[in-house]
Amino acid sequence: MEPYLALASVFGRLGLLAVGGVLSVLPEMQHQAVEVHGWVTAREFTSMFALAQSAPGPNMMVVPLLGARVAGLPGAVVAAVSFVLPPGLLVFCVGRLWQRLRGKPWLHDVQAGLTAVTVGLVAAAALLLARSAADNWQDWLAVVAATVILLRTRYNPLWVMIGGAALGAVGLL
Amino acid sequence: MVGISGFGSVLPWTRRMIVEQRRWLDAAGFNDLLALCQLVPGPNVVNLAVVLGDRFHGPIGSVTAVAGVTSGPMAIVLTLAAALSQVSSLPLVTNAFHGLGAAAAGLVLATTLKMAHPLAAPRPPVTRDWRAIGMALLALVAIGLLRLPLLASLAVLVPVSVGLQLLPRRR
Repeated sequence: MEPYLALASVFGRLGLLAVGGVLSVLPEMQHQAVEVHGWVTAREFTSMFALAQSAPGPNMMVVPLLGARVAGLPGAVVAAVSFVLPPGLLVFCVGRLWQRLRGKPWLHDVQAGLTAVTVGLVAAAALLLARSAADNWQDWLAVVAATVILLRTRYNPLWVMIGGAALGAVGLL
Repeated sequence: MVGISGFGSVLPWTRRMIVEQRRWLDAAGFNDLLALCQLVPGPNVVNLAVVLGDRFHGPIGSVTAVAGVTSGPMAIVLTLAAALSQVSSLPLVTNAFHGLGAAAAGLVLATTLKMAHPLAAPRPPVTRDWRAIGMALLALVAIGLLRLPLLASLAVLVPVSVGLQLLPRRR
């Protein structure tokens, strides 16, 4: 029972903290998984996140991957359900009130306030991932190159991921 | 309900399916719903599935829609991870993951810059919002550099940031 309870308590809290989306909680998720519970190393965490980003689907897929590492398939389900359920209930209720809420002038300000915090949190996630993925200048160059390609071109991100993996596989990174 | 899939960022695919192919919502309706889903914490696409599912079939629709968007991708990613764990000791795989990690970091960095752009360089009628820029930097320092606990940080950052936006602006 113990690993399931640990997964449920970690991911149950993280879901409600995901202001603006999953990336906002990535630093805290890494802290919990690596430092607090020792489920994975920092490098493994980055690999799992990278794998989750390369596979089709919502970017929360790193959550069931961590769950599976801790307690197999049931662990994956427990982690995913714990992560999704609390915000799901919240958005269900807000969704039903939405007709009355939307268009209120203060709502725009609330949104702007949340967006500002989200931008900072996503930046923190980027910093964390870059620091744990990059050991040398070649790696940093790859991070910057991936960023520029994704910003300046309309290639599917999957190609950038495949390119990164290929460069790594042939030993250039 | 149909499972929705896409690579890297699912949102453009979701939009295409909901607005252009199935015509469940028009473009304005989709943007309205997206605003709601970004207002409430949680994975955006899952939130979208909850609300859209509820509009069509009530609570059962929500549960079905969430299962639809998560179960397929979850099966794929878990299968992929299980397959890769068989070969994870090979240097080739380790090195590939090293490169993949760098690309993923680039992906999140690109997302950051896309999100930060409207704050740093807004289109002309909108003026630069120093309150928002300040709060974004504060959040970056608190979580990214000082690594303060997220719950406590949000308990301060969110009310302050929203409060600053609610304050009247000088023209």
